[in-house]
Amino acid sequence: MKKLLTGFLLGILLTLGSSGVLAQSGGELHFCLRSEPKTLNPLLAADDASETIRYLTGGVLVRVNRLTQELEPGLATSWKLTNGGKTITFELRGGVRFSDGTPFSADDVAYTMQQLMDPALHSPTGDAFRASEGKVETEVLPKNRVRITFPAPIAGLDRLFDQVAIMSAKSPQKEMAVLGPYYVGENKAGSYLILKRNPNYWEKDPAGRQLPYIESVRLDIQQNRDIEMLRLTRGEIHFINSVDADSFDKIAAQDPSMAHDAGASLDSEEMWFNQVANSPLPPYKKAWFTSTNFRRAISEAINREDIARIVFRGHARPAFGPVSPANKFWFNAKLQAHPYDQKSALQRLAQDGFHFQDGTLRDHDGHAVEFSVITNAGNKARERMATMIQQDLSGIGIKLNVVTLDFPSLIERITHTFDYEACLLGMVNDELDPDAQMTVWLSSADSHQWNPSQKTPATAWEAEIDKLMRAQASTLDPKKRKEDFDKVQEIAWQQEPFIYLVNKNALSAVSPALHNAHPVVLRPQVYWNIDQLSLSSEVARNH
Amino acid sequence: MNWARTAAIVFLLVVSAACLLANFIAPAPYAHQFRDEPDAAPSRQHLLGTDDLGRDRFSRVLYGTRVSLLLAPAAALLSSLLAAFIGGIAGFAGGRVERCVMAGTDLFLSLPWLFLLITVRALLPLNVSPIVSVLITFAMLGCLGWAGAARIICADARSLSRSDFILLARASGSNGFRLFWRHLVPNLKPVLYAQFWISVPVFILTEANLGILGLGVAEPLPSWGSLLRELEGFSTISGQAWQLVPLVLFILVVSSFHLVLTKEELAI
Repeated sequence: MKKLLTGFLLGILLTLGSSGVLAQSGGELHFCLRSEPKTLNPLLAADDASETIRYLTGGVLVRVNRLTQELEPGLATSWKLTNGGKTITFELRGGVRFSDGTPFSADDVAYTMQQLMDPALHSPTGDAFRASEGKVETEVLPKNRVRITFPAPIAGLDRLFDQVAIMSAKSPQKEMAVLGPYYVGENKAGSYLILKRNPNYWEKDPAGRQLPYIESVRLDIQQNRDIEMLRLTRGEIHFINSVDADSFDKIAAQDPSMAHDAGASLDSEEMWFNQVANSPLPPYKKAWFTSTNFRRAISEAINREDIARIVFRGHARPAFGPVSPANKFWFNAKLQAHPYDQKSALQRLAQDGFHFQDGTLRDHDGHAVEFSVITNAGNKARERMATMIQQDLSGIGIKLNVVTLDFPSLIERITHTFDYEACLLGMVNDELDPDAQMTVWLSSADSHQWNPSQKTPATAWEAEIDKLMRAQASTLDPKKRKEDFDKVQEIAWQQEPFIYLVNKNALSAVSPALHNAHPVVLRPQVYWNIDQLSLSSEVARNH
Repeated sequence: MNWARTAAIVFLLVVSAACLLANFIAPAPYAHQFRDEPDAAPSRQHLLGTDDLGRDRFSRVLYGTRVSLLLAPAAALLSSLLAAFIGGIAGFAGGRVERCVMAGTDLFLSLPWLFLLITVRALLPLNVSPIVSVLITFAMLGCLGWAGAARIICADARSLSRSDFILLARASGSNGFRLFWRHLVPNLKPVLYAQFWISVPVFILTEANLGILGLGVAEPLPSWGSLLRELEGFSTISGQAWQLVPLVLFILVVSSFHLVLTKEELAI
C-alpha cells in the first residue's frame, strides 16, 4: 500500500513537472549562435541566426507544433480556408498586447501582410505566398477577425503563417515591439544578444502562470564549434541545437544524459549526375548519366548502411527518396529501401551494353567507366562518403575520382558552367509541405539540379513529375495531394535523378540544468517549446 | 651542434628508406577500408590503429610520408631553380631590369597565395587520378613559391656582380651568359642550397594547410595534410594518443630539415 501511494505521488509529481506546474521561473538561458543575425526584421530573416531571433521573439497567428507536426492556435484562436483555398479568415485572440504595451488588433495583421507582400521589401518569407501574379487583399472584419485573399490558391496556406511574425502597425518601436515570448533587450554587435521576457506575452501554463518561465536568453555569437562544445561541458551554455555525429558521441561518452538523438531528420545527403544537354561533357558520358539503368546501378552499388554506420556513427538512416520518414504525413511508406547489391548493379549495366574487362567496367564502345564526383571542401562527412562510394564503385570496376572544391567554385560549376560529372551535396529541409520542393522537382526550375531550367521536360518521367507537382499544388484536398506526391516519390525512386544516400539524425546536446527540453527533428530542435523551458533552481537562483 | 646535424640526417635517411620501402613494410593497402574496424585502437594487425574509415593508419603514414617527403623536395627544387633564374638575372643585370623584375616579384609576394592556390586548383580538370592531383598540387607549390627566395638571390647576385672576381672576369673578356653561368651561378650555390632546404618544410606545411582545408591531395592517396586532418578538433586527441604519431613525425622531419643546415647556411 505504501509503495502504491509512493508511486501515485511520484506519478502526480512527474505529471505536474512535465506540464510546467513545478517549473522554476527565472534564470538566464545561454546558448550560441554560429553567426551574427543579419537582420532583426522578422520579415527579412533568411539566415539561421536571424530566424532564431524571429522564432524567439515573433508572435505568429498559427504555430506548427514541432513534436506532433500539427498546426496549433497562436495569436489566432481559429482559422478557416474558403474560396477554393484562396482566402483564409483568422479569428484573433483578444486582450493581447505587444512587448511595449501597444494593443494587438486585426490592423496589425493587415499591416504585416502589406509589408510582407511589398515587392520593395524582398521578404524571403513573403516569397512563399507569391504563387501567382496579383494583389493580396486583407480585410479587417468585425469581431476581431481578419480575412486575407490571395489571387490564386496556395497549397498548405495555413501552415505558411507559422513563419509570419506579426508586426505592430502603431508602435513607435516598429519591429522591436513583438508578440513572442521574448524581446530583444540588448544587441552587442558581433558579440552577444540578450532577449528579455516579454511581460505581455499572451500564453499561460495550465496553472495560470505567465509564460515563458525563463527570465532572459543570452545568445553568444560563437563560430568555433569546438569552443561551443567546451562551453557546454563547462556548464557555460545550456544546449547546442545541432551537433555532428562525432561531437555527439563525445558528449554521450562524457554524460549520456546530455546527448539527444531525435531520430532521422528531414535533411538528406545525395549525389546526382550532370544530365544537362549542353554541358561540356563527352557524348558517351552524357549517355551514361542519362541512362536510368546506369543511375540505378550506381545506386545499388553503394552501401548506404555502411555510410550511415561509419560516417555518421550510426546516427543516420539509409535514405529512401525525396522525403524523409521523419515527415510523418508526406513520406510514402510504400517505398522500399534501395538494396545494396553489386551483382544486380552489374546486371543492370549489362542491359546498357557495359561489360567487365580486366577488372574495369567498359561501355559498349570500350570506354573505361571513370568519372569524378565533386563536393565542398572542408565538409568531412561528405569527403568520407565520397571516399566510401569510391571503394564501393571500384567493386564493379568503376574508377571514381573524388574532387573537393571551395564552395563558390562548386556552385559555379553546378549552376553556370555545368562542367562537372557528378556532385555530392546535402539538402536542408525545413518545410514539411511538398510545395517547398517545387523549385527542385519542376523541370523548369533553377534548382532542378541534374538538368535545371528546361524549356520543355527532357524526359517523359520529368514531364509526369511536372504534372503531378502542379496538380498537388492546385488542390486543397490533402488526400489528393498526398496521392500525387506519393507518385512523385515513386518516380524519383525508380529514376533516381538524385541518388539519396542517408537522412542524418537530428542530434543535439542539452545540459541537465535545462528542464522540459524534448528535442525534436524539426528546427529549432531544442528550443521549439521555448516558453515551456525552465532552468534548474540552482541555476535560476545563481543568475 | 654536429651531433644534432648527424642525428637529423640519419633520421631523415631512416624515414626516407622506410617510405621508399612502404610497399614491403605496409601491412595493408593504404586505401583499403576495413569497414568493421573504423577508429580501431592499435593492435597487432593495425600497429597505429585505423582511421575513421577503417584504413590502416600505419600504412597511410608510410605512404603519406613518401608522398610529402618525395614531392616537397621536388617542389623546393623547382622553386629554387626558378628563384635562381629570375633573381640571378635581375641581380646580375641590375638597373631597370632589376627594378622591373623585383617589382614583379613584390607583386607576386603580395598575392594571397593560399587563395591563389585554391583558385588555381579549382580551375584544373576534375578527372585526374590522385597521383596526378598530388603532382599538380606540388608543381603549383613549386611554381608559386619562388618569389621570396628570388629576392634573396637577387641581392646576393647584385653583391657578387660588383665583386673583384667578376670585375676580373669582365676585364678578361668574359661577359653575358658565360659570365653569369660560369662565374656567378657557382657562387650563388650556398644561398641556393640554403633556400632549397628552407623551402622543403615550407612546402610540406603548405600542403598540410591545403589538406586541412580539404584541398590537398585527392582521396584516397594519403599525405601529411590528410593525416593531420584527423587531428581537427582538439577534443579528438584525448584518449587516442596514437593519432598524434603523424604530427610527431611531421614535427621531427621539419625540425630535421632545419638541423641539416649549418650555422653559416642559416646565417645566409
